[in-house]
Amino acid sequence: MRFLLDDEQREFGRTLDGLLEAAGTPAVVRAWAAGDTAPGRALWARLAEAGVFALAVPEQHDGLGPLPVELAVAFGELGRHAVPGPLVETVAAAALLDRLGDGDVTRTWLPQIASGKAVVSLCGPGASSPYALDADASDAVFVIDGDTLRVADGHGPVQPSLDPARRLARPHGGTVLAHGPQVIAAAAHAADVAALATAAQALGLGRALLARTVGYVGQRTQFGVAIGSFQSVKHRLADTLIALEFAEPLLHAAALALATADPAAGREIAAAKVSAGEAAYAAARTALQLHGAVGYTEELDLSLWIRKARPLRDAWGTPAACRDRVLAP
Amino acid sequence: MDLEFSAAEDAFRAEARAWLAAHVPDTPLPSLETAEGFAAHRQWERTLFADRWSVVSWPEDYGGRGASILQWLIFEEEYYAAGAPGRVSQNGISLLAPTLFEHGTAEQRARILPPMASGEAIWAQAWSEPEAGSDLASLRSTAVRTDGGWRLSGQKTWSSRAAFADRAFGLFRSDPDAPKPHQGLTYLMFPLDAEGVTVRPIGRLDGKPAFAELFLDGVFVPDEDVIGEPGQGWRVAMSTAGNERGLTLRSPGRFTAAAVRLTALWRGQADPSDTALRDRVADAVIGARAYQLFTYAGASRLAAGSRIGAESSLNKVFWSELDIALHETALDLLGPYGELADGAQEAPSHGSWAEGHTFSLAGPLYAGTNEIQRDIIAERLLGLPKGRR
Ligand SMILES: Cc1cc2nc3c(=O)[nH]c(=O)nc-3n(C[C@H](O)[C@H](O)[C@H](O)COP(=O)(O)OP(=O)(O)OC[C@H]3O[C@@H](n4cnc5c(N)ncnc54)[C@H](O)[C@@H]3O)c2cc1C
Repeated sequence: MRFLLDDEQREFGRTLDGLLEAAGTPAVVRAWAAGDTAPGRALWARLAEAGVFALAVPEQHDGLGPLPVELAVAFGELGRHAVPGPLVETVAAAALLDRLGDGDVTRTWLPQIASGKAVVSLCGPGASSPYALDADASDAVFVIDGDTLRVADGHGPVQPSLDPARRLARPHGGTVLAHGPQVIAAAAHAADVAALATAAQALGLGRALLARTVGYVGQRTQFGVAIGSFQSVKHRLADTLIALEFAEPLLHAAALALATADPAAGREIAAAKVSAGEAAYAAARTALQLHGAVGYTEELDLSLWIRKARPLRDAWGTPAACRDRVLAP
Repeated sequence: MDLEFSAAEDAFRAEARAWLAAHVPDTPLPSLETAEGFAAHRQWERTLFADRWSVVSWPEDYGGRGASILQWLIFEEEYYAAGAPGRVSQNGISLLAPTLFEHGTAEQRARILPPMASGEAIWAQAWSEPEAGSDLASLRSTAVRTDGGWRLSGQKTWSSRAAFADRAFGLFRSDPDAPKPHQGLTYLMFPLDAEGVTVRPIGRLDGKPAFAELFLDGVFVPDEDVIGEPGQGWRVAMSTAGNERGLTLRSPGRFTAAAVRLTALWRGQADPSDTALRDRVADAVIGARAYQLFTYAGASRLAAGSRIGAESSLNKVFWSELDIALHETALDLLGPYGELADGAQEAPSHGSWAEGHTFSLAGPLYAGTNEIQRDIIAERLLGLPKGRR
């Protein structure tokens, strides 16, 4: 047993971190929120070049995967930099199509997903939401309805989200692509992948919120000293770190369970989803509180991270649903 | 990255499980915090030792099995899953022994470890004083140089199980003129029945009498019972404190086993519409799993050559809060039976939930309070500025 990321996996994370830091994601997020998806698409292409989407696509369709552990590493970095777009939905759609077997649909879409040409969204049972994320910015929106998989013809008006960089719309109509019990099984698997990727994103988001807040409280002074020297401030940050540190091994174990098709994978993913989601949301609350009123402003880039925390906690498996799953016999 | 155990580790688990199945007493022993229970638990230590299960991670020379940290974790999982008795020798095994392995002499190890492993010598930790709790370095008990050794004087308190234990280890001020409080301290061992030692039991919150305060009046300790260099006691003690907070004091097996029992209790008694209670049960299960996995990651880092530093404070806060949450949830599930304690004939699970609950409440206090641990996390792991203490 060696329950640690290996050097290559860590290096992959560092590479993505560097790429995203250099890309200056806040401007990309703000553009995406305003409906200008060009910078986001450009970043998407660079992420694809780095191999992010190929991790969800098997080799026979030009991918590298499926590699859940590496996917968790990648989504941690995407969350750390608050990258916008249907990232989770795209890799979940890849997992879905892969499970449907080697047909025209699979052969068409998987190579495009792997290469970053296709940005796709997914609306399905595991999401328990009627909305597709970023339907207006996607090349295809897959919709699962019971045992039927369709690709939507269009979508309703974009509904504003708590996080303006998440654009929600109801998909409309569409062409049936597959039908039958294999769709149900594939959809369940896709939902697991989505939950895992969302948990990873939440964890990365939480880590970024903590790092920014630690930086801020070391600089901001009140009463003549750095506010980070006050014990109530320190203790709140210590609790934030504890929650994130203990969510991470759950995430890694969940990714391993998925990789090895462990029958306990569903439970492990649910456990990771609850704890990463709750830890990130608590990190956002703490970040806001410790930044004071400046934290409550849209101008500060911190807002881009804060506003994602609650939706990520609830997307692809609410805490209540996940807790139920943890205890399922 | 993997979570696979090797064939040898699986075999070790199977051997431990079989031994425990054959030896764990059918009915729980009386509380080890009472005289009767202390004696029964000492006997249990002998049973463990006879088949080399009392200190699996120690070298074979001292009665262990030379088990790796991972094998130790496996043993602990099996131990708690089997419902085996609490360890009355814990202070010695998890605090003094690691200190001796790191700072003791070969002579000390040969003399002290085997009787510790067999339960013949049960040790108490004499660190805290009435005026030195969180601010341990302000301790005042003294060690004064004398012919061939030292004379100890002063008062120690909150010493777990000292009312019935045989020996104690603790810190003493040997150089009153040292410029800083944590300098000029010496780490010493002494017998609790030595001349000049008075042991006064203090009833705990749960009414159990094994806790004690110690009054020392010129107690003689020979040089051979100093651990490490005289004057370097703080450094020696801090390596022990890392063990205390870190994984060896509270192994994950304890919490994973409790989470399994809690889940069974919930399945048996809960109102399915009470989702608030369900969520708490789930959180306890998730917390136990998180702690187990965090420990596996820590063990993997140790195996790869890292040392555990201030991260042990993360463990301390996490397990102590998890322990309370587990027990509070159990008491809520038990409803009116939750308050029946270990003496009550009708107490579910022999009152172990109630007893465990009271004990869990001490978790945020001992081994360094959680406030102090959060300071350590904030300053050493997050790099925040030191504030006023
Ligand atoms: C069940 C149990 C078993 C124990 N067993 C042993 C044993 O075997 N041997 C032994 O030596 N000791 C033992 N102790 C003692 C334990 O180590 C001390 O209780 C602990 O170090 C705290 O010291 P104190 O009780 O004097 O509290 P104090 O230090 O007086 O603290 C009281 C409160 O003030 C808070 N506080 C103090 N300083 C600060 C600060 N700087 N910032 C924020 N908050 C602060 C504390 O966190 C605590 O909440 C045991 C205690 C218990 C409860």
